[in-house]
Amino acid sequence: MSKLQDVNTAELRARYPDVFNRPASARLATPAMLVAALAIFVFGLVDLDFSPSRFVSGLSQLGWISMMMIPPDPGSSLPLYLKALGETLSIALLGTTLAALMALPISLFAARNIVPGIVRFPVRRFLDSIRGVDTLIWALVWINVVGLGPFAGVLAIAVSDFGAFGKLFSEAIEGADQKQVEGIRASGGSALHEIRFGLMPQVLPVIAGQVLYFIESNTRSATIIGIVGAGGIGLQLAEQIRVLEWQKVSFLILMILVAVAAIDFISGKLRFAIIGRRAVA
Amino acid sequence: MTVAVSILPEQQLAALNAAYRKAVARRRLQVTGGLALFIVALIVAAVGAEVNLRTFFTYFGNFISYFDRIFTLDSGQRVWTDFREWFWGLHKWLKLLGETLLISYVGTLSGAVLAFALNFFAAENTSPAPWLRFTVRRLLEFARTVPGIVFALIFVIAFGLGPMAGVLAIAIHSTGALGKLFSEIVENADMKPVEGIRSTGASWIACMRFAILPQVSAGYASYTLLRFEINVREASVMGFVGAGGIGQELIVAIRKFYYSDVSAILVTIIVTVFLIDITTGWVRGRLFGKEARN
Repeated sequence: MSKLQDVNTAELRARYPDVFNRPASARLATPAMLVAALAIFVFGLVDLDFSPSRFVSGLSQLGWISMMMIPPDPGSSLPLYLKALGETLSIALLGTTLAALMALPISLFAARNIVPGIVRFPVRRFLDSIRGVDTLIWALVWINVVGLGPFAGVLAIAVSDFGAFGKLFSEAIEGADQKQVEGIRASGGSALHEIRFGLMPQVLPVIAGQVLYFIESNTRSATIIGIVGAGGIGLQLAEQIRVLEWQKVSFLILMILVAVAAIDFISGKLRFAIIGRRAVA
Repeated sequence: MTVAVSILPEQQLAALNAAYRKAVARRRLQVTGGLALFIVALIVAAVGAEVNLRTFFTYFGNFISYFDRIFTLDSGQRVWTDFREWFWGLHKWLKLLGETLLISYVGTLSGAVLAFALNFFAAENTSPAPWLRFTVRRLLEFARTVPGIVFALIFVIAFGLGPMAGVLAIAIHSTGALGKLFSEIVENADMKPVEGIRSTGASWIACMRFAILPQVSAGYASYTLLRFEINVREASVMGFVGAGGIGQELIVAIRKFYYSDVSAILVTIIVTVFLIDITTGWVRGRLFGKEARN
């Protein structure tokens, strides 16, 4: 049996000064950051009027609400809710498609390998500002323009996704291989030919994957824009919450969950069919 | 100079050509079929969503003129001619904006802590028991799928109007989203350190602490910062349902047609979101190197 050797710690310390004698600043950095984070957290709790008593009474209220939600029951409004769900899915599909159609040409003007920086910069900032405004705010703006109803929702989703798609598409275009474009140019193709035959075949599958992913995530967004009056199942949900019909609320939430899961499943299958088993970012 | 090009015999060429045409024709048929299906779906959706092109074209002018109006002061001048008049409520708005940032900060941090507590149970490779993994995963899925603002609507009734409902809504939604991302990082972690530590007789908690945590903590922090960015946007609309922050002020301005206020508040929100994006991007770059920025 070998015996455990005595370790000469002094020698080890001398040999690895980086490990044993880290400067105070490096040792204190992590705890200091944690303390700062915690301090802001506590300040936030105080500033936002958190109090244990409010929290506890709220929790008991919430428990009571959850009890009232069981069992989920649509009452006599099931047809109405199904129609609203259909409306929500329509809003997501139309809004996303519209956004993709608008974003495709614009994204060319935001891609580094197509246009010079002087064009790219303002286009990018424009897309950034559109993305900086939440879908719900766009919904409110469109309600002012075309009135209450699902059409305002379609336009709201279309505009806010237009900003996101413009950025994503232009990144896909920037990531495309330039050799094929050069090949088209070498055989005498015009700039439009380069885009159509050099870029699009590379970029379209990526774009299709992203559009499908957004239809999926927009099903979620479309459920909430109804809360401000832009149609779909969110409108029903907000109304039932306001009148405290908890059984209907839980039924509507279940409907949303099932619909989202179904769309996830379908678009996942479609995505793999279109772009193969590559993951979509 | 002549160049020799090898030409296949006539029959072979014809057979190859036929095969090629067949393949192309089949592909074309698939694409056309897919497109036709898609267009039918669009038409059905257009009917379902009450799309009315006439309303759209009649009122589209309103959309343009809406922007014209929100950039015009009551005095009839453009907003940028008089910044003091445009941003008359800046002090109040900045205070509400600060509240919005605090809501998203507190919400994100609580969500991250909860997600941290739950994610080891949700990950395939570290979960102590299958039933536990199943339960935690369904729980996270629920928290993630129900939109934050729906939670806010319910919490406003349970906890009363105010930022507390917003914080809790954001915390729950972040728990769901981060819990999934965190557990995916854990699933990608190297399991050899765990074996090493378990072989010394360590408990499950010690394994997580000394084998998994050092591998995943950078990823956790990066995702949490990213979530903070998203939550700032989310918190800016929490006020729409009475859950605190700048949204309250914005919805009043939009509903009551205080045009120049709408643009002023929107500009402050957009600038803040920009600044937060840039700052967190910079912090992530500093902390985790270039590759963690996206």
